[in-house]
Amino acid sequence: MIETRNFRILRNVVLTILSLWVAIPLYVVVSTSLKPLKDVAGLFQWIPRQITASPYLDIWTTVPLAKYFQNSLIITVCATLCSVTVAVLAAYSIARLQFKGKRAFSLTVLSTQMFPGILFLLPLYLIFTQIRNLTGLQLQGSYLGLIITYMTFTLPFAIWMLSGYFASIPKELEEASMIDGTGRMGALIRVILPVAKPGIIAVAVYSFISAWGEVLFASVLTNEATKTLSLGLKAYASESDVFWNQLMAASVVVSLPVLIGFILVQKHLVAGLSAGAVK
Amino acid sequence: MKNPLKVLSALTAIASLALGLSACGGSSQQATSDTITYWASDQGNSLDDTAAKLKPSLDRFTEKTGVKVNLEVISWTDLYNRILTAVTSGDGPDVLNIGNTWAVTLQETGAFEPVEGKLLEAVGGKDRFLKTSWSTGGAEGKTPTSVPLYGLAYNMYYNTKLFKEAGIEKAPVTWDEFVADAKKLTKDTNGDGKPDQWGFTAAGASVSANSHQAFIRGLQNGGSLFDKDGKPTFDSGPQVEGVKQFIDLMATDKVMSPSDAEISQGSQKVDNLINGKAAMMFDQSPLKNFDARGFKDWGVAPMPMVSIGATGAAGTQSHVAGINLSVFKNSKNKDNAIKLAGFLTSDAEQVALNKAYSSLPVVTGASSDAAFQTAEVKAKNDALANHAMPMPLIAKEGQMETLTGTAIKNLFAKAATGTVSEADIKSALKDANNQMAAAQ
Amino acid sequence: MSHSALDSGTAAEGSKSAIDPEPGQPQGVTGQPPRKPRRSFLPYGLILPAAILEILIHIGPMLLGIWIAFISLTQLNLTNWLNAPFVGLQNFVNGLNPESTIGQAFFSTVGRTLGYTILVVGFSWILGMAGAVFLSSNFKGRAILRTFFLVPYALPAYVGTIAWAFMFNQRDGAVNQILVDTFHLFGDERPFWLLGQNSFGAMIVVNIWQLWPFAFLMLMAALQNVPNEVYEAAAIDGATLWQQFRTITLPMVRPANGVLLMVMSLWTFNQFNIPFVLFGASSPKEATLVSPLIYQNSFGSWNFGLGGAMSVLLLIALFIASVFYIRMVLPKGADND
Repeated sequence: MIETRNFRILRNVVLTILSLWVAIPLYVVVSTSLKPLKDVAGLFQWIPRQITASPYLDIWTTVPLAKYFQNSLIITVCATLCSVTVAVLAAYSIARLQFKGKRAFSLTVLSTQMFPGILFLLPLYLIFTQIRNLTGLQLQGSYLGLIITYMTFTLPFAIWMLSGYFASIPKELEEASMIDGTGRMGALIRVILPVAKPGIIAVAVYSFISAWGEVLFASVLTNEATKTLSLGLKAYASESDVFWNQLMAASVVVSLPVLIGFILVQKHLVAGLSAGAVK
Repeated sequence: MKNPLKVLSALTAIASLALGLSACGGSSQQATSDTITYWASDQGNSLDDTAAKLKPSLDRFTEKTGVKVNLEVISWTDLYNRILTAVTSGDGPDVLNIGNTWAVTLQETGAFEPVEGKLLEAVGGKDRFLKTSWSTGGAEGKTPTSVPLYGLAYNMYYNTKLFKEAGIEKAPVTWDEFVADAKKLTKDTNGDGKPDQWGFTAAGASVSANSHQAFIRGLQNGGSLFDKDGKPTFDSGPQVEGVKQFIDLMATDKVMSPSDAEISQGSQKVDNLINGKAAMMFDQSPLKNFDARGFKDWGVAPMPMVSIGATGAAGTQSHVAGINLSVFKNSKNKDNAIKLAGFLTSDAEQVALNKAYSSLPVVTGASSDAAFQTAEVKAKNDALANHAMPMPLIAKEGQMETLTGTAIKNLFAKAATGTVSEADIKSALKDANNQMAAAQ
Repeated sequence: MSHSALDSGTAAEGSKSAIDPEPGQPQGVTGQPPRKPRRSFLPYGLILPAAILEILIHIGPMLLGIWIAFISLTQLNLTNWLNAPFVGLQNFVNGLNPESTIGQAFFSTVGRTLGYTILVVGFSWILGMAGAVFLSSNFKGRAILRTFFLVPYALPAYVGTIAWAFMFNQRDGAVNQILVDTFHLFGDERPFWLLGQNSFGAMIVVNIWQLWPFAFLMLMAALQNVPNEVYEAAAIDGATLWQQFRTITLPMVRPANGVLLMVMSLWTFNQFNIPFVLFGASSPKEATLVSPLIYQNSFGSWNFGLGGAMSVLLLIALFIASVFYIRMVLPKGADND
């Protein structure tokens, strides 16, 4: 919009309110994680009387965070990569190709978002058991089971968003490339993917974040060897609810990797988004 | 040319996906014949603490039998759902822990080994066990499908320093004395006109703890949650009276902080006692929290009773709390699973484990050990052996806990923000009663 | 599933540069003109991985879930669930009879969840839009704010909810510390945010906090395609800020909006995690949403038929609403792109 004086004033007011709204809970988490237990027990103090790193040290002795972290990383990264790949292929097909049953496919994928997620829990486990009984493939308690679960959960939105994105890319670009003899797949890889980079990054970010924080399915589909970080946090939260400082420290530790990753990728996200804009 | 290319590209895409998947996946463990899987409930201060305390026992078992144990400690929030999926899929551990109030529900699934024949022999017969604890193994008149492992019971714990300050020398015995003492212990210590030290504290938002009180207080007043024909009687006179006594601690006696209506986990109420914000509480096993916080100023007494010296149902001070152990019927390693059940209930291991978790041995042979002669353990042991009744042994026990516990939780919420009349209590319990009747 | 002609146009200009670096592609063998798509299994090959996964992880369990609504699945037959007795519509009759306690609870919960969804999605959209509009103008610190606003979304859902639960604590929480101790609201009585009627509002606040950055991200992406010249032209014509917003910004985000509002609504309607972390397995009755109610009625009592029946009814309702919505709001032409 055009930057009149009123616009600037309004902008400063709105952005200040939004910043406070975002910042306050984050400040509460971080400041609490740095307080000694005796200062956490009473009324909340905005300015910590004393700062200590001990909550951060204590949590490492009670929860095997390093192992959980490794599990979370493997599961989340694989789920994200696979989900993006599968979604790109399907979205391209929907956006660019004619085929019978396209609308049915899109609607069916969409309809899965209408069923309460919680009700998938038992049937999914039953299906995993049947698969194991038929093929010997162990999906419960393995990385594979959680990876395909998470990647599928993020697929509908990923396909939906990417096909919208692809559809908005003019066909002439691909056609020019196909004249050059690259074929459809070549055009997809050489032309569409670079243009759709912001959309793909957005979808990847969405998949990563959804998988990283999930606890419900992880709680029945993992075992001692494959437990994820957010499950570790959940177990921690349910047994030490008076040690708020340690709980907050654990929250920070669980959030930090995904936040750092997000901030790194976000640069590209913003750059990509801006590249699409015309000055 | 172009069609094969298309096919090729599509195939590569699928193949790379499959490759990616299999590279990412594949960490399944196949149990070998000399390894069994054991799901343990969380009895320690954390999952790791529980595992560490269990390890010496399991090592002794491996040494003795050559059978390795693949241990997984599961938090209480996940255990029930994990058992559910295991039962439904037939894919579970060989041996597992269950909350003893789940025993009848789990018995009805038929997924667990009945305690007879070899299994009964391995645990040494039912006469070794405390009668009350044994009775939680399954529905009356049916072969139980679980054996007791750890015993627990409610006691009243209090802060001795606050008692001394208030000039109370002896812990209250009757409910009236308890309320009177609680009033003495409720005071305003910083002079702002509002009490900041309370006579009593409870986790008012904990559904299961609330339902235990509905059960115990109802029995003490001569009521019961179900009549002889198994029909729910949550809203009968004595039941309403019992729940009212509990709610009144906050609503009319004002000896319980309104903030307690928000507490959903027992450890927060223990924290109140340690910090001196409250003087008394009902709990099953706060010792591990006391020890972890280095808190020494505590005392213990039996739960207060409506009428002194009452026996039978009216003399109930606790439900028969505890953890049971079951053997999974689908176990491919049943002989070794049964061996583990026998080993964990043996006198020596009962002493070691219950000492480590500050719970009570469920076999009489272990109770005489020196570790269980403290006043605290003796009080708890007396409650468990002589003043405890099992929660109703019905398949819908879980629902009963949810309905009664939630009704009390909502009543506390109402008391915290306004007033609660007897009619409110009656109507809340009547609502719960109707839902229970509909579910049966 | 198509964007309007306008943003296709702008994307075209922006994307030219992406292919410019490789102008001299080796010539193809035949140099065919662009082909009309014809019968081929390429489209199916491309959707195949997605289709397999959807069938395995989504459609399969969903169908199984629907089937469960028609059988009696309780602890008595869980181990042998394939042979659980078929009971027809009995679960629907038991659970959804508006005369019964359970049925009443179900229908009032559906109404409450609907209100909840409208409030959460509405406020999230407004906040997201405000953030997106003001952050598409250039000023110092814009990039930092843009990243910062997305933090609540990047945070694991569990962490955000725990933080709010801690803040909402009646006795010691930060919320009452600000409202009561600092601003002396509520006549110095500390309200309970997680009990009774207030718990509904508290849950809404937590959900908006977690959801609005998502709306912000998507709307910001959509707004990137609005050229500044359009606003300049409008400003010269004397359009006020509000008029610019209504006549330029809103139509520009319409294609993105269609998808965004729908997925946000579906996610919010089926919200489970936030009440579960805030209240545990049983929510206050003023704040019970559909998913926790279904959870209670299936996992709490091990009576999966009842929970299944409720889900199926909701599925049908949501499906009809979604199809209606897609026809009404989403632009035509998804099929003939």
